[in-house]
Amino acid sequence: MNIKALTLGLLSISFMACAQSDSTIDTLEEDYSHEVIIEDIEIPWGLDFFEDGSFLATSKEGQIYYHKNGSTTKVADVPNIYNRGQGGLLDVKIHPDYPQKPWIYFTHASTQGDEDGGHTALVKADFIDGQISNMETLYKASPNTTKGQHFGSRLEFDNDGYLYMSIGERGEREVNPQDINRDGGKIYRFNDDGSIPEDNPFYAEENARKAIYSYGHRNPQGMEIHPESGKIWVHEHGPRGGDEINIIKKGANYGWPVISYGINYDGTDFTDQTSQPGMEQPFYYWVPSIAPSGMTFVTSDKYPKLKGNILAGSLKFQYLEHLVINENGVQKREKLLNKVGRVRTVKQGTDGFIYVGIEGVGVVKMLPKS
Amino acid sequence: MFFIAFNSFYTGLEFESENSSGYYPITQEKDLKQSIKDGQGVYSGFCIRCHLSEGEGVEGIYPPLANSNWLSEKRIESIRSVKYGLKGEIEVNGKTYNNYMSSMGLTDREVADVMNYVMNNFGNEDRDLSQVTLKEVSKLSKN
Repeated sequence: MNIKALTLGLLSISFMACAQSDSTIDTLEEDYSHEVIIEDIEIPWGLDFFEDGSFLATSKEGQIYYHKNGSTTKVADVPNIYNRGQGGLLDVKIHPDYPQKPWIYFTHASTQGDEDGGHTALVKADFIDGQISNMETLYKASPNTTKGQHFGSRLEFDNDGYLYMSIGERGEREVNPQDINRDGGKIYRFNDDGSIPEDNPFYAEENARKAIYSYGHRNPQGMEIHPESGKIWVHEHGPRGGDEINIIKKGANYGWPVISYGINYDGTDFTDQTSQPGMEQPFYYWVPSIAPSGMTFVTSDKYPKLKGNILAGSLKFQYLEHLVINENGVQKREKLLNKVGRVRTVKQGTDGFIYVGIEGVGVVKMLPKS
Repeated sequence: MFFIAFNSFYTGLEFESENSSGYYPITQEKDLKQSIKDGQGVYSGFCIRCHLSEGEGVEGIYPPLANSNWLSEKRIESIRSVKYGLKGEIEVNGKTYNNYMSSMGLTDREVADVMNYVMNNFGNEDRDLSQVTLKEVSKLSKN
């Protein structure tokens, strides 16, 4: 590429990134109201629901809580939590065949390992009669670093019983996300006992991290199975601009940091490419960044205007984002629970209500409009 | 000689009892230049995402650190917010902010360094704000 073309490319990306203010999102005339369900969790990071409507909630500081029939009990203090920057206790997931398989899974930034610092770990435990036991680390990414950013992490099962986990690139974008021999910036896939499926895409590659399912991610903090297609949808934080929603394909490269719709925090560019052969385009990208965390598809009849669509938390703008989608992409965006606080997680409960974890507020239930 | 050794040993004990994080601080102070330099690294890792590269913040969402009246008028609150986090409504440079900043899990040394970086950049360098010392950070409790 000659200098002129390069300069032109850089200029046009800068222009795009600066010019797009967040004018494409609507504010509701009449917003949804909410009811606080748990107020003593400072940073409710992950939520998951049992068939009977009771649920588990994680606190970033390292505790797991169980909420049933209106009361909340602490059921675990998870050891080896690396509570620094974005690290801490992260997501929680109940086995889809619970209680036949009475297992829960959670992810956390972990100090386990020889080096100072931390990296993301996947833990399995038994959850029987309201008690947690037999915590077992199934996977621990390495090497540790004292950097405070990009641990991920979310967990999800697909319809075949595979468990997916996201890990962010740990603030090492030039080193981790494009290298399948290293942890970080990846979606991983496991069997429910923590073993690695032999048909994982890089299983046969000698030095690869065999649990990797897709790569080239930055910091995915939302992951949910699509209720109809059964595909795994993920959203991830971009830098300044360029948050993305991606539909995960086996062995695919999502491009970070080679291609991106974002720029550095200081306004400079790190790439002039938004697409390249062999790298996936996002289903949707946000400019400016909303800092997305938590994602759910609404299938419940309790919120007719939201049904079939995506909800995603916005840490930055402090609302729950409603994305109206069809096969062509995102058709419309709306702010729900506007100014409620930093929305960390969102989940549709088994009772059909939408539950939201908000930093500094707690776990709330979004009330349908009467 | 004996006195000095005894004295620093005693100071160490005092820090330990005041610091619930389990972090055992080195009692030597850094010179300001080095502290600012180290603070820049902390800033890039923990602060820049919200407060941005010139400390300008985002109006109505993330308060500015550039020319911020908090740094001069609310020095203790500023240090405490970096050490323990901050929640609720505050007024910075005449504008109201109501957000939640979690504790970053920084060591006291890192808190002092990043404070010194911020206090000596973003237009704050002309305001003669005195150096934040490790001792000043260590003795601050949550409330």
